[in-house]
Parts: sequence; C-alpha cells; structure tokens
Amino acid sequence: MVRAALIGLGKMGISHCAILNAHPGVELVGVADTSKLLRWGMGKYSSVPMYDDYKEMIEKTQPDCVFVATPTKLHFQLARFCLEQGVHVFLEKPCCLNYEDTTTLRGIAEEGKLLVQLGYHNRFLGTFREVKRLIDEGTLGNIYHFSAEAYGPVVVEAKEATWRSNRGEGGGCLYDYASHVINLVQFLVGEIREVRGTRLEHVFSRDVEDAVYSTLITEDGIGGQMTVSWSEESFRKMVTSIKISGTKGRIEADAQELKLYLNKAGGGDGEHGWKVSYLTDHTAPVDYYLRGEEYSAQVDDFIARVSAGSTDSVNSIQYSGETDRVIELLITDNERDYSGISQSKKPVNLSSLGFWTRLKLLINPGSDAHYTS
Amino acid sequence: MMDRVIFGDNQFFGVDHLSQENSRKKEQRFKDTGEILKVLDAAHEVGIRTFMCTTYSRIGEICDHFRSNPAKYADWKIYPCMPYAHKYANAVTELGITGALNRFTGGNVMEGFIKGGAAVVQRDAFKIMQMLVDAEMAMFQGTNTEVIFLQNVVTDLLMGLGMDEFFLHYADYVASKYGAKPGFITMNLPLAAERLHRLGIEKPIICASLNKIGFRMTGGIEANEKALLDGEVRGIAMQALAAGALRPREAMEYVCGLKGVESILFGASSHSHIEETYHLIEELSD
Repeated sequence: MVRAALIGLGKMGISHCAILNAHPGVELVGVADTSKLLRWGMGKYSSVPMYDDYKEMIEKTQPDCVFVATPTKLHFQLARFCLEQGVHVFLEKPCCLNYEDTTTLRGIAEEGKLLVQLGYHNRFLGTFREVKRLIDEGTLGNIYHFSAEAYGPVVVEAKEATWRSNRGEGGGCLYDYASHVINLVQFLVGEIREVRGTRLEHVFSRDVEDAVYSTLITEDGIGGQMTVSWSEESFRKMVTSIKISGTKGRIEADAQELKLYLNKAGGGDGEHGWKVSYLTDHTAPVDYYLRGEEYSAQVDDFIARVSAGSTDSVNSIQYSGETDRVIELLITDNERDYSGISQSKKPVNLSSLGFWTRLKLLINPGSDAHYTS
Repeated sequence: MMDRVIFGDNQFFGVDHLSQENSRKKEQRFKDTGEILKVLDAAHEVGIRTFMCTTYSRIGEICDHFRSNPAKYADWKIYPCMPYAHKYANAVTELGITGALNRFTGGNVMEGFIKGGAAVVQRDAFKIMQMLVDAEMAMFQGTNTEVIFLQNVVTDLLMGLGMDEFFLHYADYVASKYGAKPGFITMNLPLAAERLHRLGIEKPIICASLNKIGFRMTGGIEANEKALLDGEVRGIAMQALAAGALRPREAMEYVCGLKGVESILFGASSHSHIEETYHLIEELSD
C-alpha cells in the first residue's frame, strides 16, 4: 500500500484526489488546502483527513509520496520541502516558474534518489503514445517538419482577475495551455534547442497572454510551428493536435484520432496511403475512470514507480522539466523580437494603427511609428 | 419501465468521440434549433419517445418548442443529464472552486460563508446542491422528466472522493421536488452499482458504457456484466457502438442480449440511420 498525500484542492487536485482515493493500492493519508470551505466540505463528506498546514500533514502522516496541485508559484517551495523530507513528488505542470528552480528540484531529487513526475497527461494518452511508437519504429523516415496546436475557451471575454490572470503566479496561456504543446513536441519530435519569431498575444486578458505563436527548433534541427490560444470560443473544450511530416509519411493526430499516411517509398506494397485509427484502438482500460484514461493512467504509473522504488518515468522532471527551459526561451524571444526596434516590450497591435502608419511601418520598420505607449 | 430505445443528444452539440472534424460538421448543421427539432420529429415518427439530453442552454429552446406545441409533443419524455460539465470546468479553471460555486449560485455560497461563517455553509451544504439542481432544471419546467441523471463526471468524482452521501440527498430531492427517479451516468458501473446498493437506493438506474469490445468499461467486461446480472440494477447501455468501432448489428446484438439492460441509448442525425438502429434494437430485443 502506497501512502499518498495531496496539497491543493483545485480542479486538478480534486481530480487526483478522487483517482487516488479510488486506487486499490493507495491509502490517501491526508489532503492540505488553505481554503476553510473546501477543508470543511472534504472533511465532512469524505473520509480523507484534512490539514491547513502541509508541513504538519507531511510530518504527521509520513507519506511515501505527495501530489502537489497548487498554483504554479508555490510548486518550488512545496516540492522542495517534500523532497527534503525524502518523499516522492507528483507535481502538476508546469514544474516551476523559472528553469533555475526546476534544475534545483531536479538536483535534490537525484541526490535523494527520488522521483519527481510531472502532470503532462498527453504522454499517457493512447493516440499520442501510438504516434510515439510509430516514430520510434521509423515509420515516418526522417522527420523534417511539425505543426502543433491547442485551442480552447478558457478566457473568451475580459473578466475579473484570478491567479490565472497573473504571470507572477503562473497564470497565462503560456504556462497553462502552451506548456502542454511544448511538452508534446518534446515527447514526440525531440528536445527543443531554439525558438524564433515568438509572439505572446493578448486577446482579452490585460496582464497575461491569451495566445502563443512560435517556431520551435529541435536539437536535431527539425523546425515546426506552435499555435496555441485559450481564447477560442469556437472550441467546446481544450483540443490539442499535432501534424508531423517525414520522408516516408505523415501523421496527423489529436486525442481521438490518428491519421497515418505512408508514402509509396515508405509504405511498400499495398501499405501506402491513409490509415485512420482511433482512441478506441490505442487505449488500455484503467481501474477507475474519471475524465479520460490518461489522467488515471498517469497516477497509476506514478504509484507503480513509487511502489517499486523506481525514479524513471516518461514524465519525470529529467524529461518534462525541460519544458520550463523552453518557456523561458519563448519569453526571452518574445521580448527580443521587439526590444531591438522599440523602447517598449509590448508588441504593436497593427490592426489598431491607421493605414498610412502601417504603410510607413512596412516601408521603414525602424521608424518612430513603432513606438507604443 | 423505461423505453427500450432512448434517443441521445451528442450529435446535436458537436460531441463526437472519434473525430473533431465530424464534430464540427454536426455542430454547424445543428446550430439552427429547427434542425434539431426536425431530427426529433423523425425519431418520433419511427417510434422513439424518450430524449436524453445534457443541460446545455440550447436545450431550453427545445423545451420552449415542446411547451408551445403540447399536442404534438405530449408523449415525449425528456431525461435531463446534469450538469453540462465543461461550463463548470471552464469556470473552475478561471475562478477556482469557490469562485465557480459563487457564479452558479448567484453569489450565495461566499456570501453565506462571509456572513455566517462555516456554520451556515455546513447547514446548507445540501442546499447548495439543491440550488445547482434547480438552476439546471429551470428550463425543463412543464415537460415530462421522469428520470433525472447526474453526469458521469459528477457521479464518478463524488464516488472517487467517497462522498456517496450526496447521491442519497440527490435521489430524495429529485423525487420530492420533481417527482422523478434519480439516474446515474458513470464510467465505473461495477463500483457505482456496489455503492448505490450500499446506500440503499433500490434498483438504481445506471447508464454506462457497454459494448462488445469493452471500450470505457472500467473494471473489464466481466465485472460489468456481473454487476448487471444480479438483477439489482436497471441498466441503460451507452456507447454501444464503441464510438464507431463496431458495426451496428454486432454492437446491438451484444447490448440487446445483456441481462439487466433495460434501455439502449443512441444518437443519430439522419432519418434512415435512426430508423435502421431503432428497428435493429427492436428486432434483437424480442
């Protein structure tokens, strides 16, 4: 029996809590949250012991592992405390607000031979896992381009502020939606070395970006585009997809569908052309289903590793912590693009400028018209 | 007794478990509520009398139409499934749990909490649930809602958290306020059957994924069949086609042959498709 505790009863925390509580190999020994209302609600109607102080919880309950599902701002401090107590950590994504903290956590984990696994659940999704398998087998030949997208309706109008609208607390589309897409590219195509032409766009939010556009280049020199927006009302829920082109074929995949095209050269006799398969073909059953097999599968995987004393996971900080490095590259690149030609770090909204100003900008991009207030 | 065939609504709202592209096509076609009504009329013509639907705000327009044409729609039964989870999930992402509760109860949760402290909320915890149920049920006023369902994400979440007590209060409330039977949609049929029995809910109506290939049948085919077999559950089979992985005949042969399955839920958007599936179920059910 693995003794698990959890900090943070937000959307992901509650979901993990239910999955853990229903897990036959887990004893959920404690849950900590700062909200009195949530502590009371959980305490009264479930059998899980509640704490307001996570340190007290960990000291009292001596768990084998802790799930940290708080706002990102608190990840570093909480995860470090857990690791220093010799406890394995499942940490929601993204790992930390800066790569230096991520590297520090990684160092402490490695020294203590502890597992830090991150919550990038796409790595446990049937269709994306199948894409990974096909690529590893060389089905696509040499990959030369990819295009990764995510859209969803989180912020579709200007609204009151929460931690998600505060960059300093880990809010914004970059940390929330785009981190998933970066991580998926890292998982399927390769580690990202460089980013170019990044635009962090405000659509409705004042203080954080609602969309992220960039060109990502992997260590093998494969380039591709990332297009992410959480201000797409046209989507009912978050939809993540990727297209990958190789010398032998092409893949188009999302959570539900995997379309594989094999070139004549790649497919051989009778195999070339489109082949479509579905989530139903690639999904292994789980013991308890809440909101997609991948959420249960990632928890099952983590618990199994904790139980076996293994620190090797497809979503460990050693792999998925690198997403934080790319996030920093994107922030820097977004600023670099404009700071060279303008005093302001804010991008110019071209559509708000008059025709002649736009024309002037086109002819002479270094002109005064580029300054923004 | 529920009808053998229940008509679903996924096709109307761009829910397609396999393809985003299909999802978009359907969403476009059914943007016009008149198109939905045409399909419902086709289903009625074939012999279908029960419509099971998520509490999307647009269902309100369908209810309006039902109410304005009582003669035509008198024998339709509507089974609401609440809540429309993405509405809440997006709100929780944006506002946090208390913020979202606040929005959907018109500010009552936090207000109560600030005014009276925990005691008020404690006393009124089930009241909050009742307010959420009432908010979802408002649009169905005057229609025939014999069974009111909890969506699987709520059923499964409460079950996972061990908050089964809410099921009992939910059952009591829909019975007393709406004269309805409680229904539970779940992706964990064996567990749900066990928990609902333990609570003393007799012959619970449980709607779950049931199909020949075991897709989304948590716990495995055998455990699911066993949960139905003991005769203590009134089952509704959903996802009989396993999101399109099965051919209609083999799919329906399996669910129609399952003991404990009282009804089969399916959705379709063409007259011929509805007719074919309806008659297939009728044929295989004899």
